[in-house]
Parts: sequence; C-alpha cells; structure tokens
Amino acid sequence: MAAGPVIRTAGVDGVLISFSDTLNESANRAALAFRAAVDAAGWDGVEETSSSLVSVYMRFDPIGFDHATMHHRITGLLDSRDWYQAQLPEGRRFWQIPAVFGTDLAPQLAQAAAQAGMTEAQAIASLAAARLRVQTIGFAPGQPYLGTLPEGWDIPRQSQLTARVPEGAVAVAIRQLVLFSVSTPTGWQHVGQTAMRLFQPDADTPFLLRAGDEVQFTPTTPDALDGMRRDPMGGATVTVIR
Amino acid sequence: MSRGLKVIKAGPGVTLQDKGRPGWLDAGLSRGGAADLLALAEGAALLGQSDDLPVLELAGMGGEFRAGVDMRIALTGAPMQADLDGVRLAWNASHLLPAGASLSIGGTVSGSYGYLHVGGGFAGPRWLGACSAHMSAGIGGPVQAGDELATRPDPGGDVGMALPVDDRFSGGTVRIVESLQTRLFSADERDRFTATTFQRDTHGNRMGVRLVPPGDGFHIDSGRTILSEVIVPGDIQITGDGTPFVLLSECQTTGGYPRIGAVLPSDLPLVAQAPAGAAIRFRFIGLEDAIETERRAATARKALARAVKPMIRDPHSIPDLLSYQLISGVTAGSDSVDED
Repeated sequence: MAAGPVIRTAGVDGVLISFSDTLNESANRAALAFRAAVDAAGWDGVEETSSSLVSVYMRFDPIGFDHATMHHRITGLLDSRDWYQAQLPEGRRFWQIPAVFGTDLAPQLAQAAAQAGMTEAQAIASLAAARLRVQTIGFAPGQPYLGTLPEGWDIPRQSQLTARVPEGAVAVAIRQLVLFSVSTPTGWQHVGQTAMRLFQPDADTPFLLRAGDEVQFTPTTPDALDGMRRDPMGGATVTVIR
Repeated sequence: MSRGLKVIKAGPGVTLQDKGRPGWLDAGLSRGGAADLLALAEGAALLGQSDDLPVLELAGMGGEFRAGVDMRIALTGAPMQADLDGVRLAWNASHLLPAGASLSIGGTVSGSYGYLHVGGGFAGPRWLGACSAHMSAGIGGPVQAGDELATRPDPGGDVGMALPVDDRFSGGTVRIVESLQTRLFSADERDRFTATTFQRDTHGNRMGVRLVPPGDGFHIDSGRTILSEVIVPGDIQITGDGTPFVLLSECQTTGGYPRIGAVLPSDLPLVAQAPAGAAIRFRFIGLEDAIETERRAATARKALARAVKPMIRDPHSIPDLLSYQLISGVTAGSDSVDED
C-alpha cells in the first residue's frame, strides 16, 4: 500500500485528503468513512464535503477560517484511527437493477467482451454475477462509478468517444461500470441498458444512489425493459444492508 | 395582463439564475448559478436588494420583454444594447420599466453574459434550494418567447441610478493558485503556461471555456495516468490535446485530466465574460496573497451599494445624438466620413 493520507490544497477555498494515488478497496473505504467523520464533526467554516474514489474534498470559507486551522483539524481526525481499516458507512442499500446486455440497446457488448477475452454469454454472466459498490457519485448528477469488476474487465477507455449514450446506459472500462444519469458522449463502452432514472430534479428523492450502496444487475429482455420505463426506478428493487 | 414580465422574444441562452445550489457536489451536481456572480452583486446594489434573488442571465443575446406592472429593473454584466420603447437605456444602471412598456435587449457589445434584474427578483420554481437553471443537469430550461416570468413584490426604491464598473468584459490577466496537479507539470511547462497569451475559443458555455494557445499545448511529464478526482469551478484542466479548459459554474464534478492551476473566485467573472477571441493570460500568486485578494473582493462587493450614484445624463445616453444637427449643415460623428 502507498504511504498514508496526503493533504493538499485545492484552489483558494478547498482541501483534498487523498488516501492513495491508485484505486483500491481500502482507500475507497477510508474515503467514504473519513468523509462521514468530517460531516459528523460539524466543523464550523466547512461549506461542503464530498468523497471521490480514494479521496475526500472539503470546501470552506477561507476568509473566516485559514488553511492552517483546517489542516490542523484534519490531521487530528486522521490520526485518531486507522481509516484504511474502517467499516463502510451505515444505512447502505442493495439495489438489484434490471438491465438488457447487448442487442441494439447496448451495441458495444460484443467488442467489450472480446477485449475482456470472453464470449458474449460469458460477459453477460460475469457482469450479472458481480456485486458492485458505488465507489463514488460524480461527473453528472447521481451518476455512480461501480466497482470492482473481475480482472478480465481491465480494458481501456476508447480513444474515440461514442457520440452519445442514452440515460440509463451501462458502460464499462478499467474494471468499473458507469451507470449514466444523463445522455452524454463517452469513451466507455456501452454494454448494457437500464430504465433507471438516477436524477429526477422534481422528485422528493432527486438522487437514487449514494456512495457506499451496492448494486447488482439482473439480465432482462428489451420487451420487459420497455415495460419498466414508466417506473422512475426502472424496475429496480432496493433493500437496506444490515 | 400579467403582473410579471412577459417574454416576447428571447435569445437561445436566456435563463433564470441565482447564486446556484452549492452542497450537492457529493451527489454529482455542480453548484451552477450565474456565470458572473459579481454582476448579481452589482444588480443587487443598484436596486438596493439582496444578491440572492433570481435574475435573468442573457448569454450573448437578450430578447424583448413587456412589463405587466410598473417595475424597477437593473442591467449589469456584459454591456448590451438596451432600448425602452425605442429610447436607449444606460447599462450598469437602474431604470423604471412602466407597465406595458417594451424592453428590447440586443447582442453583447463586449463580454458574454448580461443580466436583467427586477425589483423584488423573479419568482421562479426552486429545485434543491435554488432557482438557477442548470442546463447540463437538466434542471429547468431556457426562457422562451411566450413565457410569463412572475416577479416577487418589490418593496420599492430608487431608479435612475448608475454604478461605475471596471472592464471585465474583454479578457486580461487572471490570477491563479497552484492546484492538485500543478507540480506534475515541469517548471518549464509552468513558465511557458504563464508566458502564453491564450485566445478564448469560440466554443464555450456555462460548463467552461476553452483557451487556445498560439503554439504547442501543455503536457505533464511521462504518460502518468491520473485518477479521476473532484472538480470545482475555476479549475484549469489541461485536456488531451494540451489546451486548457477553465471550468465554470455548470462543470462536471469529477474529471481525470490534470489541473495546472485554479482561478481565484474573484477573477472567474473575467474568464466567464471573455468573448470569443479575447486574450487571456495567467499569473500564479501565493495562497496567502490569494486569500487576501478574496478578502478585499468581498469587502468591495459589500461596498457596491455605496458606490451607486444618480445617473448623470451624458451625451452617449441621449438617443440618436448622431442624427442631431449640432452645427447647421454638418452632422456630427462618423456619419460625415461614411458619406464621402
């Protein structure tokens, strides 16, 4: 494992605490747990926190509170325990999300499977068997990065962008899946399609997934998926992890 | 007739904006809000009200509006040609828009984003605590012809006031601090970066603006891959082809391109407002200097209300001045040259 956490300033009003410089399980757990601890500490001056794959970002009022004070608080909290051994946060949920793999709804399954050294059937079995964790939410509203897939899926992003994948698309690269919350261009390969609407600004719960939640995709047919499109959850079921 | 502001015509980039909705970064939603936050403060000072109230942001082009009731308005940000029933209105100023009068706002004269404020503010729908349309997230949408924009009650106040404003509408030098990956760029690359005069690309929006160097792009040493990391407005990403991209209020919330620096929040309006082709340079300053700069900017924003002065009717604000026969037989200005 890399050396312990590194604290860096991020712009005039931000601090980043990185638990690793590569993606790994213990650093992702550390980031999730440390961010929860910063929120629980309720430090004055802190305006916003978030976790990404292996780090925690904290934005504060730099006029009322100086960087040295924030740095001191952060090191104090970092030293209070071994964050790499931290438990995952409480209240996490397990989502089972219907998805069509391949067909014209997800046209890059064949090429992604080939790159991963699998037949299409093996690829579908592998993707459907994986119980994945929301490692971070980011890029677009409510959009999860899900990991970690088996080693075979360590395939690169495409050098040429796909012009547009639809909302609800499942795309793969570097042992992760992204479930798209908006229609967007991407370098990730479009292998599955769900009917899930991850961000609904008008709903009581605008964001469905949270960092730390777990996800498994259940293969379904295009016809069945069509029937799920009226449901904002896209036929997904959710249970609290105990 | 509606008590609000009727939209007769609107440019493609007219949206309701406020200071945005910070606090959803962890949910993947950037804060959004007005591209030029200083313009919000200026309009608030002109109308003697809070800078939290929703305003109309006019990207590049305004529109035509009709008031349902007498209302106070202020015009700030990128100067645009504005007329009230055919009479030219001063920019960076407050005016009375009488019921039934028609307000016409054309394209930007310089800069990119103009703002139309009303006394009491607009009363738009709120999502996640703010009224701002966030186009890339699909929150709200552009204001369109036929819309009736509701306004909140205006406690009233002066009109005919002006606010002197420094030019931040034609590029210039932007102060930056080091950011997460600044030191991954060699000292030579960083020096070359600050010695370069960039041109604001024609391509740009509320997510960010691309800056074009006259020569080679900028690169970090080796083919080092960078883990996707949090992104906030002001970050300067160096994209795959080596050109810098300065992120604005509607940026994505994570990204994997290296960041060579971060623009000071108080200098970000200068980047957002730079029109296509404008020259931009960057200058690194230390963190302590940057914080002192932000402190002074915050003080200056608070002092804006005291800088508001009754408008002096200068010759430029008199409509059709050039057509007046100032001296018998001779028209003033450039008309006479054009006629040769």
